[in-house]
Amino acid sequence: MGKIVIDNERCKSCYICTETCPKKLIKKSEKTNRLGDFMVEFDDKNQDCIGCAMCAKRCPDMAIEVWR
Amino acid sequence: MQQVFSIPKSIKENMRYTFCPGCDHGIAIRLVAELLDEMGLQEKTISATSIGCSVFLYDFLDIDCVEAPHGRALASATGIKRVRPDKFVFTYQGDGDLASIGLAETMHTAFRGERVSAIMINNTTYGMTGGQHGPTTMMGQITTTSPTGRNREYYGYPVKMAEQLALCDGTAFSARVALDSIPHINEAKKAIKKAFQVQLDGTGFGFVEILSTCPTNWHMTPEQAHEHVRTKMVETFPLGVFKDITK
Repeated sequence: MGKIVIDNERCKSCYICTETCPKKLIKKSEKTNRLGDFMVEFDDKNQDCIGCAMCAKRCPDMAIEVWR
Repeated sequence: MQQVFSIPKSIKENMRYTFCPGCDHGIAIRLVAELLDEMGLQEKTISATSIGCSVFLYDFLDIDCVEAPHGRALASATGIKRVRPDKFVFTYQGDGDLASIGLAETMHTAFRGERVSAIMINNTTYGMTGGQHGPTTMMGQITTTSPTGRNREYYGYPVKMAEQLALCDGTAFSARVALDSIPHINEAKKAIKKAFQVQLDGTGFGFVEILSTCPTNWHMTPEQAHEHVRTKMVETFPLGVFKDITK
């Protein structure tokens, strides 16, 4: 079981994490951040996240922190 | 639960990257920061930075930096290392800086076998100035100054630095890596670590060429740009270790 926290002020909406997540738990949000970008949100209702940190390793802006 | 991924300590607090969305510079700088933390080098590091998008290194890393004239980062690094041999010295340069205007300095640093490390970010274009044709532009690639694509008659062939520097006697380690997938990111980190280690051991010059994306100037989305690295760029710039004298 894992958990991620997304720093939305660092996120620049490149959506690499949405493609990378093996469980497809990260989705494009309808909200915008300070830069006016559509952010991403972590949607893990069934606690499927395994804390593999692939999203964080591929995030170019270090916007994701991972717990496991 | 314990934290398994966090921002490295060598990154300045409250820093935000100023790169375009999807640019691999962010991952490359993070790998450098992680290695500085793991190898305990943050306090003894002096970096010589370049001109281009890679110049922003000193805004993001909490280390001492010297800004070198365009292309002369390795010449500055040579001076720093010779005056302060106890320090860890590395350069972080783009392809326009290291392979074009600074080609002479780069080659002679390798020929002399200076105990410094160099990281080159290869995105096949001059990113900061608007995507002009650079020394590493691939055959057929369209840029703002090669609107019909790079051809042999007019522009010649791309420069392959990792192979060229592997031919120099003073080079201890030369490799080319990419950042398009998790396995490649892990390999990139290992290669950068090795390039740092050969300097610490006094073996010679350590060099890593990193294939990077430039979604803005390639006119692609970040994921398309990574696909381009995976399928097209690795054909021109094959990945691998070209020289490792420590083996």
